[in-house]
Amino acid sequence: MARIDVNHIRHSYLQNPRTDADFALKEVHHTFEDGGAYALLGPSGCGKTTLLNIISGLLHPSHGQLLFNGRDVTNLSTQERNIAQVFQFPVIYDTMTVYDNLAFPLRNRGVPEADVDRKVRETLEMTGLADMAKRKARGLTADQKQKISLGRGLVRSDVNAILFDEPLTVIDPHMKWVLRSQLKQLHRRFGYTMVYVTHDQTEALTFADRVVVMYDGEIVQIGTPAELFERPRHTFVGYFIGSPGMNVMPVAIDGKTAKLGSQQIELPGVPKADGGAIELGIRPEYVRLGSQGMAVRVSKVEDVGRHKVVRANLEGREIAAVIGEDETVPADPKVRFDPAGINIYADSWRVEMGA
Amino acid sequence: MEKTWNNRAWFLVLPVLLLVAFSAVIPLMTVVNYSVQDTFGNNVFFWAGTEWFEELLSSSRFWQAMIRNLVFSFIILAIEVPLGIFIALNMPKKGWGVPVCLVLMALPLLIPWNVVGTIWQVFGRNDIGLLGYYVNALGIDYNYVQDPYDAWVTVIIMDVWHWTSLVVLLCYAGLVSIPDAFYQAAKIDGASRWAVFRYIQLPKMNRVLLIAVLLRFMDSFMIYTEPFVVTGGGPGNSTTFLSIDLVKTALGQFDLGPAAAMSLVYFLIVLLLSWVFYTVMTNYDAER
Repeated sequence: MARIDVNHIRHSYLQNPRTDADFALKEVHHTFEDGGAYALLGPSGCGKTTLLNIISGLLHPSHGQLLFNGRDVTNLSTQERNIAQVFQFPVIYDTMTVYDNLAFPLRNRGVPEADVDRKVRETLEMTGLADMAKRKARGLTADQKQKISLGRGLVRSDVNAILFDEPLTVIDPHMKWVLRSQLKQLHRRFGYTMVYVTHDQTEALTFADRVVVMYDGEIVQIGTPAELFERPRHTFVGYFIGSPGMNVMPVAIDGKTAKLGSQQIELPGVPKADGGAIELGIRPEYVRLGSQGMAVRVSKVEDVGRHKVVRANLEGREIAAVIGEDETVPADPKVRFDPAGINIYADSWRVEMGA
Repeated sequence: MEKTWNNRAWFLVLPVLLLVAFSAVIPLMTVVNYSVQDTFGNNVFFWAGTEWFEELLSSSRFWQAMIRNLVFSFIILAIEVPLGIFIALNMPKKGWGVPVCLVLMALPLLIPWNVVGTIWQVFGRNDIGLLGYYVNALGIDYNYVQDPYDAWVTVIIMDVWHWTSLVVLLCYAGLVSIPDAFYQAAKIDGASRWAVFRYIQLPKMNRVLLIAVLLRFMDSFMIYTEPFVVTGGGPGNSTTFLSIDLVKTALGQFDLGPAAAMSLVYFLIVLLLSWVFYTVMTNYDAER
């Protein structure tokens, strides 16, 4: 296991990148702590797979350094870095049995057959594949194949990290839960450093201790699931995490109040914003629908089961509010913003509020 | 629900049945008809029974042509399949080299068979042929017109030149369909170049390879035009393959009865081998 330092890494797929837009990874500087479970979350094309492939050594970064436990591995091959990676589509060796699939990485490294057998048996036990060890790998279901992929990583006890590249994409929904909880268990029992790439927020938030949100080649926020929800550092995190996403509206700031059209909104503090485009962000969960506050016109109510999502129009902008399952929309609907849920953004980045 | 039985649906098959009758069944039956009769011309036929078949199966000429043909098929498969795999593995996977290689590979396949024969007939000649002249100039005695060994070498090289591309293109199609993740996973697993070939590329090429072997076997077993143009089946009978022998009998000597018997036996052999291949392939699929 290892601590992984991503030291000012930039990467472009072009030969001669000129502007920032040519970089798939603009600049990433981050430390993955030893034994941590991280999720890299972001939309397609945000650079998360690029970052993963740089860590595994399948890509060589244009700029910057990669350190494993303080040792520079930037120029080492994938094999020398000793990491394991599970891909989006299960990669198995069709013609081999499950047992031989798991033994493959060890045999390639010249491990004595007695040790191979011991390790493979352990891994079969860990992944729950023991009863199909003798079967040909090609006839198995997608989730079993994905377990083999994972097993080929686990079988090498000295791996520095296990990387996952959207590993549950082709797995049936009910198996996704099973596999995810097995992964969490493995992480707790053996303390692997795990980095898990996904664009599915549920997957990221349930798997990881810390979620790294990426957007347009940059890390926009690193935090626990709760932090990402309560205090999104960037309006993108607000949109991307939560369902529906955060309401973001342009406002003018005057001391402790924000002006939205003709409305005045009381803020919990004085934002330390000096210029830039100021926006107010509030999650639908903190928008209170009732008979007091700002008048809105309700356009739609969606019943999503445990709660209802109310789509409304406030001062010419669409906003969403979440109300309880049993609550109803009043005849003359008004909304209030709970100060605890208000965040202020200058040029899309969150600003702190003073007293 | 009760199924409706309506035998009038068979009428829908009628057009195809008629077409196949005229294109295949009737000609085939004519051949069957010839194979059991004898004629001296003027459309006068005599019943001959199984005489032609007995004669054919006991004739050393037929068995020699058969053995020559099997040896030929075996040799070209043994060369074309490994060579085709090797070339496909070394073709570029992206960039400008891809269309260039594909066009180069497709070229021999686009040339009509008799033209291929003519090209090699001239190419190998001692007096004006580029190949024949320089091989002799190097001090190697090469003359495909007189020497059976040289004739064989010429016919085999010609076939390899003409048809290896087919194996290459099929294998290449199999190779490019392998997702990158497989190669990346192999790198992570520390697999050697050989292990990548053995456990990733070869299994993925399996199906196209079976098709390639089937096609090349059938084609080489029916080969006629190219060796006929180059060597005419000679020197002596050394490059007389089954179909050349058949045409010599039917048209050269106008022995319709023996030729018909031979066609039928030939047809049954091809049918049998196709069935064997088909069975092997479908069994292979079922195993997957």
